[in-house]
Amino acid sequence: MTDLNKLGLAEARDALRKGDVTSVELTTACLGAIEGAGALNAFVHKTPEIALERAKSADERLQGGDAPAMCGLPVGIKDLFCTKGVPSQAGSRILQGFLPEYESTVSQNLQDAGAVMLGKLNMDEFAMGSSNETSTYGDVISPWRRGNDDTALTPGGSSGGSAAAVAADLCLAATGTDTGGSIRQPAAFTGITGVKPTYGRCSRWGVVAFASSLDQAGPMTKSVRDAAIMLGAMAGHDPKDSTSADLAVPDFEALLTGDIRGKKIGIPKEYRMDGMPDEIEKLWADGADMLRDAGAEIIDISLPHTKYALPAYYVIAPAEASSNLARYDGVRYGHRATLDAGDGITEMYEKTRAEGFGHEVQRRVMIGTYVLSAGFYDAYYNRARRVRTLIKRDFEDVFAAGIDAILTPATPSAAFGLGEMGQADPIQMYLNDVFTVTVNLAGLPGISVPAGIDKQGLPLGLQLIGRPWEEGDLLNCAQALETAAGFVAKPGKWW
Amino acid sequence: MSIDQSTAARVAKLARIKVEDDALPALAAEFNTILGFIEQLNEVDVDGVEPMTSVTPQRLKRREDVVTDGNQQAKILANAPDAREGFFAVPKVVE
Repeated sequence: MTDLNKLGLAEARDALRKGDVTSVELTTACLGAIEGAGALNAFVHKTPEIALERAKSADERLQGGDAPAMCGLPVGIKDLFCTKGVPSQAGSRILQGFLPEYESTVSQNLQDAGAVMLGKLNMDEFAMGSSNETSTYGDVISPWRRGNDDTALTPGGSSGGSAAAVAADLCLAATGTDTGGSIRQPAAFTGITGVKPTYGRCSRWGVVAFASSLDQAGPMTKSVRDAAIMLGAMAGHDPKDSTSADLAVPDFEALLTGDIRGKKIGIPKEYRMDGMPDEIEKLWADGADMLRDAGAEIIDISLPHTKYALPAYYVIAPAEASSNLARYDGVRYGHRATLDAGDGITEMYEKTRAEGFGHEVQRRVMIGTYVLSAGFYDAYYNRARRVRTLIKRDFEDVFAAGIDAILTPATPSAAFGLGEMGQADPIQMYLNDVFTVTVNLAGLPGISVPAGIDKQGLPLGLQLIGRPWEEGDLLNCAQALETAAGFVAKPGKWW
Repeated sequence: MSIDQSTAARVAKLARIKVEDDALPALAAEFNTILGFIEQLNEVDVDGVEPMTSVTPQRLKRREDVVTDGNQQAKILANAPDAREGFFAVPKVVE
């Protein structure tokens, strides 16, 4: 077999089990692709020794007939996941040199399922960003280009390294995390599949915290089937995360029946935004037609508080971030500023955090500090939490009325050029998450599926939103959409 | 609501982030842009609506009140920028 790095998880798994290929061969192919892709800046800490060691042991298990779900499959891990003895910086200078003494539950679950870690993937600093331009490692460059134009494009963010690595076939799949759209938006920008599971499906233990009530880990893969396989391996109850749900994890892959006849798919009118590009509008209508042709019933619905999701998010997420990021004080781990004679502990905190945090992180920590400060807590933070209750209620109402899943665009545009967005106005960048952020606020599962190509030759994604804990059903609907859309485009190799 | 430079300086102090004086006007302007965006929330009627505390209805689990972890001093100090004699070291706190 040639180009083994181009395989998806399901194909590679089947080839491994048939003995057509070994994990060492797959892993070596990926390591070679990574070495040749420095221009993308996706992998920021490479772990070839760990990868080959785990690949060898996976091959032994495969030969012994003891092959768990992800046995021998090489994947990339977002830098937000703590990995024992391997740098885990969350894309931040403040965690420079940090070598965790422990392994995050999700990456441990993947390891237990036999997956092979190739290295750590670039991301926006502390997952705060939609373009991977806030990383201490520098921008990730998307493998996609606008036709023959060599303008460097964003892979999206914050899981931009994960998205670029999967789209460029540097790995078979990757982990991402999603607080407001950080899996689904980069998946849409790079023509891959990304799942944000129900809040509580994957343990947050050992994942560097951004906004704890919104953060969820999920898979970023080359197909819906691959997402089903990988989500099953990542998920599960964890006593170390008190918000992790004590529910059995279904066999998601077995739930991919291909049959969505009679499913009720909602089309929310509030997601039709002013100034939405015609191509996005058409993609959305085409997606509804595809699901209708597959036997689903398409129903117009209303989610009246949609407009307020983004402003509520930009209170709640910074508030939680300001609290979570208080731990970076230069005492226990990471960077500490060099102090001047006479500097006390307050100067140490202030200088360390000014040097260690980038501009966007500082801005969000300070916004969060402000909305939580005395006199403003009710006006901002409590009001935002009340609006969040209403946003969740919107979804509960449509699900109670029998809707099985909701179809929306994944993003308001295709990928933009690095440096083109939000240089002057941060709100412009925040609007990237307009279709995805509601899902985090309501704790629901969402998936982005590549569904079309715009006139510049760039991928566009559609999002399906499911009922809580019904990822299996959601993946099944997504696979019907994937099959009908028949998206097969890949970026031409220029790197 | 508008944030002036002295409020921006106070927020930076509360957040323990050093901001130079000449950077305060730009910071205050950014805060005002973002807070202006957030002001939309005032249009929503939230009377009688409870602030969300947990997105999934759940009771926190309880466990036996016993020690489950510990004796990891070396691991805990391994990443400290300055650790001495089994402690984290910081600049003098008390005069």
